[in-house]
Amino acid sequence: MSAEILRATASELGERIARRELTAVEVTTAFLDQIERVDDDVKAFLHVDRAWSLDQARVVDARLDAGEKLGPLAGVPIAVKDIFCTQGVPTTCGSKILEGWLPPYNATVIDRVRNAGLVMIGKANMDEFAMGSSTENSAFQVTGNPWDLERIPGGSGGGSSAALASFQAPLALGTDTGGSIRQPAAVTATVGVKPTYGGTSRYGVIAMASSLDQPGPCARTVLDAALLHEVICGHDPMDSTSIDAPVPAVVDAARSGDVRGLRIGVVKELGGNGYAPGVEQRFREALDVLKAQGAEIVEVSCPHFKYALGAYYLIMPSEVSSNLARFDAMRYGLRVGDDGVNTVEDVMRLTRGAGFGDEVKRRIIIGTYALSSGYYDAYYGSAQKVRRLIAEDFDAAFTQVDVLVSPSTPTTAFKQGERTADPLAMYMSDLCTIPSNMAGNASASFPCGLAPEDGLPVGFQVMAPVLADDRLYRVGAALERGLEASWGGSLLDHLADSDAGAYLGVRTDVATPPLAEPVEASDAREI
Amino acid sequence: MALSPTDVARLARLARIELSDDELARLAPQLDVILDAVAEVSQVAGPDVVPMTHALPLTNVFRPDVVKPSLTPAQALAMAPAEEDGRFRVPRIMDEEA
Amino acid sequence: MDELLDYDEAMALFDPVLGLEVHVELNTASKMFCGCANHFGAEPNSNTCPVCLGLPGALPAVNATAIESAIRIGLSLNCDIATWCRFARKNYFYPDMTKDFQTSQYDEPLCFEGHVDVEVDGRTFRIAVERAHMEEDAGKLVHAGASGRIHGADYSLVDYNRAGTPLIEIVTKPVRGTGSMAPQVAKAYVAALRDTMRALGVSDVKMEQGSLRCDANVSLMPKGSDVLGTRTETKNVNSLRSIEAALTYEIRRQAAILACGGRVKQETRMWHEEGYTTAGRSKEEAEDYRYFPEPDLVPVAPSREWVEQLRSTLPENPAAKRVRLAAEWGMTEREFGDVLAADALDLIEATVAAGASPASARKWWLGELARVANAEGVELAAVGLTPAQVAEVQGLVDGGVVNDKLARQVIEGVLAGEGSPAEVVERRGLKVVSDDGALSAAVDAAIAADPDAAAKIRDGKVAAAGALIGSVMKAMRGQADAGRVRELILEKLS
Repeated sequence: MSAEILRATASELGERIARRELTAVEVTTAFLDQIERVDDDVKAFLHVDRAWSLDQARVVDARLDAGEKLGPLAGVPIAVKDIFCTQGVPTTCGSKILEGWLPPYNATVIDRVRNAGLVMIGKANMDEFAMGSSTENSAFQVTGNPWDLERIPGGSGGGSSAALASFQAPLALGTDTGGSIRQPAAVTATVGVKPTYGGTSRYGVIAMASSLDQPGPCARTVLDAALLHEVICGHDPMDSTSIDAPVPAVVDAARSGDVRGLRIGVVKELGGNGYAPGVEQRFREALDVLKAQGAEIVEVSCPHFKYALGAYYLIMPSEVSSNLARFDAMRYGLRVGDDGVNTVEDVMRLTRGAGFGDEVKRRIIIGTYALSSGYYDAYYGSAQKVRRLIAEDFDAAFTQVDVLVSPSTPTTAFKQGERTADPLAMYMSDLCTIPSNMAGNASASFPCGLAPEDGLPVGFQVMAPVLADDRLYRVGAALERGLEASWGGSLLDHLADSDAGAYLGVRTDVATPPLAEPVEASDAREI
Repeated sequence: MALSPTDVARLARLARIELSDDELARLAPQLDVILDAVAEVSQVAGPDVVPMTHALPLTNVFRPDVVKPSLTPAQALAMAPAEEDGRFRVPRIMDEEA
Repeated sequence: MDELLDYDEAMALFDPVLGLEVHVELNTASKMFCGCANHFGAEPNSNTCPVCLGLPGALPAVNATAIESAIRIGLSLNCDIATWCRFARKNYFYPDMTKDFQTSQYDEPLCFEGHVDVEVDGRTFRIAVERAHMEEDAGKLVHAGASGRIHGADYSLVDYNRAGTPLIEIVTKPVRGTGSMAPQVAKAYVAALRDTMRALGVSDVKMEQGSLRCDANVSLMPKGSDVLGTRTETKNVNSLRSIEAALTYEIRRQAAILACGGRVKQETRMWHEEGYTTAGRSKEEAEDYRYFPEPDLVPVAPSREWVEQLRSTLPENPAAKRVRLAAEWGMTEREFGDVLAADALDLIEATVAAGASPASARKWWLGELARVANAEGVELAAVGLTPAQVAEVQGLVDGGVVNDKLARQVIEGVLAGEGSPAEVVERRGLKVVSDDGALSAAVDAAIAADPDAAAKIRDGKVAAAGALIGSVMKAMRGQADAGRVRELILEKLS
């Protein structure tokens, strides 16, 4: 029973709860139990409070029992990246400087999730202030990739992706500044969507880089992501950069998955040198799956994408240096060195020196430099010009094609510790995802197979024009349908039923055929 | 444009970050490498390219001048590291006028 | 104490160059970027929210009325209004600044290239306004410890109620060519801004409460040179009279340094009401504010239609109003000039509106009330009598209830908090005695006491009545209508 709940999709759970075949409390309890069972190993969550979650579930059950019509995800648990402010519930952003902070307010996205009847099941681990691609920069713990606990689950939203892939939650909330939703999704075989900038409210989301940050849905299936997308998106007057326009019809798109006649552009610059062979192989196979369903595949050049990483690592740290100034020990958070002798300036310096980790310090210092007088034009100014050129590349490409595609990340999940001493190598993880943050368009990562060389998940990135988020879901659904037909289930089903995934304790009676190479040749598997 | 340890120490002071000698020795070379890697950005765009500061070209987003409930002083001060007389207590301020 | 050069000597050697930065707090209902109430004097930290406390995750949203007020101010200052401009972050760490950056404007002010004409001693000076931009105020610090001042304080306390109050900063271009009148020109300029803001209704413009603040920059150029000298910026100038006094002081101080070959240090000076400035923060090492466009706010691009619509809502320009009132009140140029010099235009206008004649309103404000203000060391407007009360006092005079001399006692009573003018008359028993019975008896007594004077009047020497009137008034303790006394005396002795 429990494994069946844990393996079910969010939409199935929502339907069964709505029909009152299951209660929100039963479902929530099942996931809380799973967290107890596996999170000592996975370390996806920073904060779990049974009473808090069960109270929410009971309220939803009462509302449903009273005949209230809630959304399709009412009663479904959700993991919340610890970057979202949750009133009265610890919110650390993965940093020591915020340890113990209880926000007096909820992020807009949190209010929407609660109003839709979702049940928050815990605050998920993340790189400190969302800075990183491995979740190793969390001040509190290193999260394992459920596919191989010695590898990274991606970052910064590694807690969210790991929670999904280890069946500790059917849905999660993430934020994506340079790939923090999509790259973790790619390396854990989950679905992650960065909506169009301004599509979801940033109010109450602890800012890394304001002009790039965007909250979005994380899920195990395309339809689940679309359902969550619909819950969290939409105009918010509290966020001045929020778009006052209808939310694209993402759920319809996810249900249809019709790609007939869709023109898909493969970005020439996002491939080749530096990309793992298995990543490129699975990416090409996915293109064939889409082609088989009627999509037209063409190659497109976006010549300025190669400068995106450099421009990103100037713009983002500049905004970081300003956004993180407020962590100054005066109004909330850590205070170090207040001995009555030290001045306010000393206390600010000591607190920030003790409270921030290396990556945060690196970015603040780079940003302080890039904005300083005499260097502004060469660094921040030039980077913003490159940003314009990248946006123009997208504009030009979208006159030729409906969506652009690439691998989500150049490699599969690397080993923990492998890139921590080499910031530049770490930054390369976001090579493919950064352009959409720069231009603000919608973008997503969908599972497209396991790389033959290491058996680890590969992500397929789809990029759509501003406010055409629905196209992501059309492509994602087509891909999911085509690939799962050939695999005989999702990649996570395979993990759940494999020996490697035995520790997850979610094997079901219905066996999933093992994935062999080539993927077409699969046979039934003994339990 | 290389970033020397002296530069890094100065920037850290400007950013109010205390760096130990060890941290400075570790971070300064990394920062220099990072900066070197991103420096090519300044060569890409010509003078005619308009910098892009916002992802979307929105303008004139305003809020009506309406008063909404505030936090209570107790809520505002609840997370303060130190408070006194309903105010946030902060360490002494030097070398600046109020 | 600083060495000071005699002002006239200083002016013989140097030409002052002024730069004035005026901050105006807008009187919007809510703050600049959040819905917290924007008002003075509330319980500490009771008007705060995640936005103005700079809590993690909070985002600003621009107050539409603040933008409208800013545009109206710009139009009143004859500025161009930007077709497109952005907010910028001014980054610096300070405990009164909740985000450790101030949301302001940098190289794209909303209003720019304006001017204000001010008149001093019959000369008109055109003050070029470089820009008027939008920004937010900071919280308020209280310094705890023995001195109550920042130096030597053990710690400080912060109230963030003021954090996020909308501010307009109005910056002049360097003001040259004022010669020795520089301090008066500066004062007249700030007074003109204050009148403009008040006429627009966009601010309380109370300098004592800080809703209008002026930072006065001044530098000296040797006569005949056109090389700008090193300037100082004087802060804490909280009244119009302080502007004039502080600038006079700074000019004399700088002149003393330069006259003996010294160098003026570029620094902030703090004005003290006792009449001197002291050194504040040194600006030798300029702060690097690392301005960049505020990514959390979208650009402001006022349409020309909107700007013109706002222009149509502007009240009468204060300068035009002066011309109109001078004509309406029928004052000579000199009389009207005195009114302006005394900063009494609005007060007299309000007094006239409350029913007094222009001449009588002028008489009270420039006479008795100016004397009181001077003695108390306060602005005329802060003297403690409202224009309506002045008009009421004059009404008592016109109605014969009191004479001018008694009216001064009425004013004294009102200032002492004894109630309205009518109540003071009642309580102090100041009413003029016009009861003919009592007067008649007093006149009879005076005639009897001075038969010589009475004989002279009977002989037609009417001038002798003065002595009798005097003794009647004395007997009545001033509370008699002198005209009526004279009539009675002449009647009885005819």
